[in-house]
Amino acid sequence: MSAVEQAQAEPGPEAIPARPADRPDRSPAARRRRRVRALTYVAAFLLSLFVLVPIYFITVTAFTPREVSYDFPKPFIPGTVSAETVRFFADSTGVMAALWRSVMVAAMTLVLSTLLGAPAGYALARFAFRGKSTYRLLILSTRAFPIVILSIPLAVTFITWGIYDTTYSVALMHTGLALPFTILITSSIFVSVPRDLEEAARTLGCTPLGAFVKVVLPLALPGLAAAAIFTFVLSWNEVFAAVILTLRQRTLPALVLAALNTSPLPFRFAAAWFMLAPSLLVIFIIRRYLLGLWGRVAR
Amino acid sequence: MATTTATAARVTPRRRLGWAPYALLAPSLVYLAVFFALPMVNAFGLAFQGDEGGYSLEPIRRMLGDERFAKALTTTLLLVVIIVPIQFVVAMGMALVVNARLKGTDLWLYVFALPLGISELAAGIVWFSIFTEQGWLNSLLTQVGILDRPFIFLDYQRPTPLILTIVVAEAWRATSIVMIILVAGLQGIPRDYLEAADVFGATAWQRVRHVILPLLKPSIRVALILRTILAFQVFATVIALAGSATNVLAGEAYRWYQNLRDPRVAAAYASLILILSVLSTILFLLLLPTEEDRPT
Repeated sequence: MSAVEQAQAEPGPEAIPARPADRPDRSPAARRRRRVRALTYVAAFLLSLFVLVPIYFITVTAFTPREVSYDFPKPFIPGTVSAETVRFFADSTGVMAALWRSVMVAAMTLVLSTLLGAPAGYALARFAFRGKSTYRLLILSTRAFPIVILSIPLAVTFITWGIYDTTYSVALMHTGLALPFTILITSSIFVSVPRDLEEAARTLGCTPLGAFVKVVLPLALPGLAAAAIFTFVLSWNEVFAAVILTLRQRTLPALVLAALNTSPLPFRFAAAWFMLAPSLLVIFIIRRYLLGLWGRVAR
Repeated sequence: MATTTATAARVTPRRRLGWAPYALLAPSLVYLAVFFALPMVNAFGLAFQGDEGGYSLEPIRRMLGDERFAKALTTTLLLVVIIVPIQFVVAMGMALVVNARLKGTDLWLYVFALPLGISELAAGIVWFSIFTEQGWLNSLLTQVGILDRPFIFLDYQRPTPLILTIVVAEAWRATSIVMIILVAGLQGIPRDYLEAADVFGATAWQRVRHVILPLLKPSIRVALILRTILAFQVFATVIALAGSATNVLAGEAYRWYQNLRDPRVAAAYASLILILSVLSTILFLLLLPTEEDRPT
């Protein structure tokens, strides 16, 4: 059973067969199990608070009038809801252009890394060939390197190529960052598409490409889409390379970072909310694939 | 891993498309050569380049001679040493909670995974809004009556609370990735093992210590490596919380590149981060050997 299927599977049968509710198990072991379970609920609740409370705070700050950013003590339940802070941020010079550039860079990264990575992932999943384990090891070993840091030598190269300070240069860098991930992910997605179906299509007269397009692709599509969405977020969030590789053509995170210490509080808080909100939605959309995406890569 | 390779080998179509896999791999290899291998070589090249081209130790000397260097290095190392274990424990807790199959497993997993999509910079600003003098934490503490007046967490004179706020922000942001890897690993552990432990009367702690942790070693190793490398690049969180008061290696690389316009010293910092990352990876591989290390 694949990790994805497992993630989707309903909770399995409990270790010990359930007893009728009117006759609770009074053995010490059962009592201990119940206590551990209760404690697990408490832990789940506390850990969720740790994750959710900061998101609540920034959302409240972003959707209350601007002055509230300076209020003290801050109201934990907002008195007035208003889009003023968010609008102030969106109307600030350069923000909309940077937002658009961020979307463009992320879209280019998504397309490039899928075009380059998916074929390699398919080759890893479907073919046995000389050098396969070497290639796999090579891709895995990129993990040992902080790829983002390579934007510094790349910046020097991009200046000589004449593409410094463009959205393309950032997208090229982000593709390098995302590519190893895309290759491993797509490979595990193609592995999970039953081989028999593809061979059946071949037997029935499909060309290799035809079998891929008509049989494999539709089955792999949800997983591929999830991987692509994650690549989009990776690029959307990336700030170090973006701020190194641009001067005027800033992406949204690069713009916010460069202006951070000189910008008023409402600007910063609204910026954080703007950067954070799409990711919450994205994680929700791909939640069923999270374990498959990252878990498989980890093995 | 071994099983998938074996399956692939068994059912591979004979010879006919012998060139196909290479054609499929080639674009990605070329791309990684240009945008990964080459810049890496260039990083070291730049770090040893003199003012008139040619080899020189000048950039390295400038990096080491900078008064901010020692502090950046120690702060980064300190952050790595504090953040990685804390995150491991929190992530392990989350993973065990998810794996305990409480009601609404999907919901817990989603909530714990939320920060996965949140950027370093956004996380830094979120925690800035909490820790700043007139922020949420001080609002809470003064309203509850624990404090009379706001406590200054982000005091640029006192590094200890400042570093702790960075640790909290980083723990909040990047624990989910560790958690996801651990949950995926936990799902690979056969339920029978845990049930057997139950039958023999193992306590919850004994189950974790003697059954789960040893079986989870490969996932733990990957998670620790990934997380440690991320911690060496810590950048935007620090700037958002501490401004330029606390400096880390990546921040110094940025400063030398952007403000001081010396890409060679920036490249020296980049090379240093590269070396530290590779060393830490090797360290984890040595400390946590697994059977998978043998080539298959």
